[in-house]
Amino acid sequence: MDSEQSKIRNFCIIAHIDHGKSTLADRIIERTGLLTSREMQDQVLDNMDLERERGITIKSQAVRTVYRAKDGQEYILNLIDTPGHVDFNYEVSRSLAACDGALLVVDAAQGIEAQTLANVYLAMDANLEVFPVINKIDLPSADPDRVAEEIEDVLGLEAADAPRISAKNGINIDAVLEEIVTKIPAPDGDPDAPLKALIFDSLYDSYKGVIVFCRIRDGRVKKGTKIRMMATGFETEVVEVGTFGAGRFNPCEELSAGMVGYITASIKNVQETHVGDTVTDAERPCAEPLPGYKKVTSMVYCGVYPADGAHYNDLRDALEKLQLNDASLHYEPETSIALGFGFRCGFLGLLHLEVIQERLEREYNLDLVTTAPGVVYRVHKLDGTVIELTNPSNLPDPAEIDYMEEPVVDAEIMLTTDYIGPIMTLCQERRGVYVSTEYLEDSRAVLKYVLPLNEIIYDFFDVLKSRSRGYASFDYELKGYQRSKLVKLDILINREEVDALSFIVFEGSAYERGRRMCEKLKEEIPRHLFEIPIQAAIGGKIIARETVKALRKDVLAKCYGGDITRKRKLLEKQKEGKKRMRQIGSVEIPQKAFMSVLKLEDD
Amino acid sequence: MTDLSLYLHIPFCVRKCAYCDFLSAPADEAACAAYADALCREIRACAQEDRSAAEPEGPLRVVSIFLGGGTPSLLTAAQIGRILDTAREAYPVAPDAEITMEANPGTVTEASLTGYRACGVDRLSLGVQSFSEKELKVLGRIHTPREACEAYEAARRAGFGNINLDLISGLPGQRLPDWIRTLERAASLGPEHISAYSLILEEGTPLLGAVVREETAEEDGRTGVRVGTDVLWLPEEDEERAMYHETARVLALSGYARYEISNYARPGFESVHNNGYWTGRLYRGCGLGAASLLKRDGKYIRTSGTRSLTEYLDVWSGTAEDAGGPIERPEHAGGPAERPGRYAGQTVLSERDRQEEFFFLGLRRMEGVSRSGFERLFGPDAWNAFAAQIGRHVRLGTLQSDGDRLRLTERGIDVSNTVFSDLMR
Repeated sequence: MDSEQSKIRNFCIIAHIDHGKSTLADRIIERTGLLTSREMQDQVLDNMDLERERGITIKSQAVRTVYRAKDGQEYILNLIDTPGHVDFNYEVSRSLAACDGALLVVDAAQGIEAQTLANVYLAMDANLEVFPVINKIDLPSADPDRVAEEIEDVLGLEAADAPRISAKNGINIDAVLEEIVTKIPAPDGDPDAPLKALIFDSLYDSYKGVIVFCRIRDGRVKKGTKIRMMATGFETEVVEVGTFGAGRFNPCEELSAGMVGYITASIKNVQETHVGDTVTDAERPCAEPLPGYKKVTSMVYCGVYPADGAHYNDLRDALEKLQLNDASLHYEPETSIALGFGFRCGFLGLLHLEVIQERLEREYNLDLVTTAPGVVYRVHKLDGTVIELTNPSNLPDPAEIDYMEEPVVDAEIMLTTDYIGPIMTLCQERRGVYVSTEYLEDSRAVLKYVLPLNEIIYDFFDVLKSRSRGYASFDYELKGYQRSKLVKLDILINREEVDALSFIVFEGSAYERGRRMCEKLKEEIPRHLFEIPIQAAIGGKIIARETVKALRKDVLAKCYGGDITRKRKLLEKQKEGKKRMRQIGSVEIPQKAFMSVLKLEDD
Repeated sequence: MTDLSLYLHIPFCVRKCAYCDFLSAPADEAACAAYADALCREIRACAQEDRSAAEPEGPLRVVSIFLGGGTPSLLTAAQIGRILDTAREAYPVAPDAEITMEANPGTVTEASLTGYRACGVDRLSLGVQSFSEKELKVLGRIHTPREACEAYEAARRAGFGNINLDLISGLPGQRLPDWIRTLERAASLGPEHISAYSLILEEGTPLLGAVVREETAEEDGRTGVRVGTDVLWLPEEDEERAMYHETARVLALSGYARYEISNYARPGFESVHNNGYWTGRLYRGCGLGAASLLKRDGKYIRTSGTRSLTEYLDVWSGTAEDAGGPIERPEHAGGPAERPGRYAGQTVLSERDRQEEFFFLGLRRMEGVSRSGFERLFGPDAWNAFAAQIGRHVRLGTLQSDGDRLRLTERGIDVSNTVFSDLMR
């Protein structure tokens, strides 16, 4: 191993949400002197507006810093930031595959949470060295001794000497840097072997084309190298290689084994690079590609439509660009009678859905209508064929259906023991099947349940949080499919079925959901000149009904001193409001009504 | 001849009423005098402008003058007289022109009313609003029911042969029998004209500020207004509509016919001035914040004046008149025929705007609009753009088509804004 390679440390930081991962990343960048304090914005790594607002990290990002260690040597630290939310496991696994070690950040007050566990298991699966850091030691409620013990007991990681820090206030950051240098191994790999690099992320730039983020396992790559993407077979010539500054790209001569950096090659077609693919030298290819990443599956599907049908092409272009940076986003065109042309999109979870929706709206200025999210059901037909159902409208005639299956997850809920009762009740309400309770220590436990996925995609997080006063955390993994009594609930507005409002529901919950849905729609639909019945039906049988009463009064009496302009404005505003609605038959439905199924839980 | 109406705004009030969002300011004698002077100057400047822009159809003829407010009766008879004289000097006012003045009970005496009558006011509009003491208090009115009756009698003695009473229904705490009592009391006085509005809670009024909502399990909950420690509930929808429908019935019994959504008159006493607004007659508004409909170079223009009293007095001070008009304000680009900065707001009406107005103003009148009249104004094919919505509303029972005429039905009146907005682009 050449000496340069021995001075590289590729690592990531893993943590439960809000345990201070991004803040620690900022401190490391600051301490290694890459940026002056003036250039430091809070949370340098989170460069999307949305991330900063929500205080979470969505896209994994990389940064290269230079650290002069106590041994007098200069080390190159490649820090790859990872998201902490359960929806983004795939992004975490991509980041992990580019690293040789992981810093585990644990909150000194909260201790281990559900995603701490999940992320540690992911890191261990990726054969990474994991060493813990106890953060937020300056909080009044901090109990680093207890947390250190917990880390040893629950995770089996050596934690007695774990650095005890405050990322927020810059306490003990040097100890972390020293641990990175001493505990994380230098990357292996042969710089003279054929090029073998793993794509762990990519970004579309309108000038440079696709920018491929990669970890070089073996070999070298520089300007002019003819490269081949092993999965797609696409070949091209490298235009530029470089490393990651904080928030910018720094071109360099060459990337060699052990390094983390980027490649541009005038790649215009987003279909030609796949995250997880292996890049090799076209003239001297490696024998085998690197093992692919954990294959990502979309858990949640919903219809995404432009509010104005004329923007269909804009929506398609935006989805195409987002998918380049987000391999876990799936979409395909679909048509709805109510909403026109749009896309059925697949997401990792509800947060992922919301993030994508917001990015489409903000970054691409699109006005969207989103239908109720659902999961992928398996429909076993009597003729022996099986349909993977992502759009409720495509459910075959019940007479052709033998039985249906729905996805279930293994759920782990970590909580303080006070809330075991209420949370078990919640799981029971959501058709959960109890598996076990494991006590981590006197006051904390892990509840294990098997839960149908469609019971947790709407509001499970919110309800879990409110019923446990924030003392429960949650993680899940797809377990498989189980046979279930499922029905399609249709909504009829003014006696017309609105396809975009149909959803699949457990038979036992159908009545309640139908009733709530009708109530909610009644609130959302403005009164018209005529009475509008809102009905919920299963297979043509009405199970719930509400009525939007006819408008009684909408009259402006006085017209002051001939100020007709003011009256005109009022009428124009009224007209404008109508234009923003969807016309279903003779009824105008506000766009947000299509999302109302999401907010059915009582406050 | 081109018919024209004049609207002259007097923005002063003894006290702002709780529901009022019209432009008004507290009165003081010096301000009233300065304002009357400024108004006279503006009238003269406007007349000059209107004359020079006279249309080929012929010279202007003023068919109505309306002194509105605020409370015009806070000005003395001498001031009103001077304003009307100025108008008559500046504009060719028809000998039979309707000259209306708004007055509030509590601000007039037989002597002052005699004075107004003597300077040419021939129609008096009294802001009675209600004959319930409690309701008047909630509205923040300064008068009592008794004073309203006294003002009415005084007006008769002063020689007013054409009197309107303004009434408001749907008040906090009001029930249907209360409203019917107010209507009957008004009718028993025997005015020639009654305007019956229903209360609208307007932005920025004290009444809206005091609103409380009660969420109930049934329908939409109730809305009330906090008065001291009490909450007075607004009539619920059905009752409010019943009040509205009862108005037509009760007033018809006393010989008043509804000729517009909120206006009732004995035969021959329909307001010339109000009808002008609904039928597209040109009007010139003078005074603070006043709006006009003018015709310049074949185009129709709606304008509105500044809403700042200081600025108004400044613009129409003596020195500005010598310069031939108001000071220039370059930040407002002027319309085709106007000096820049002349108006605070100015809109040139497109053909489509005028067509829409034809409907949303004309349909307010019970006789409705005439298709042939529309086609004369806008061409034989223009109606087609509206035909689908008209047909839809005829089917929904909100419009009624009767040969050449199209009018709102009883149901259509209740939801007229919905009908009108559907007839917009």
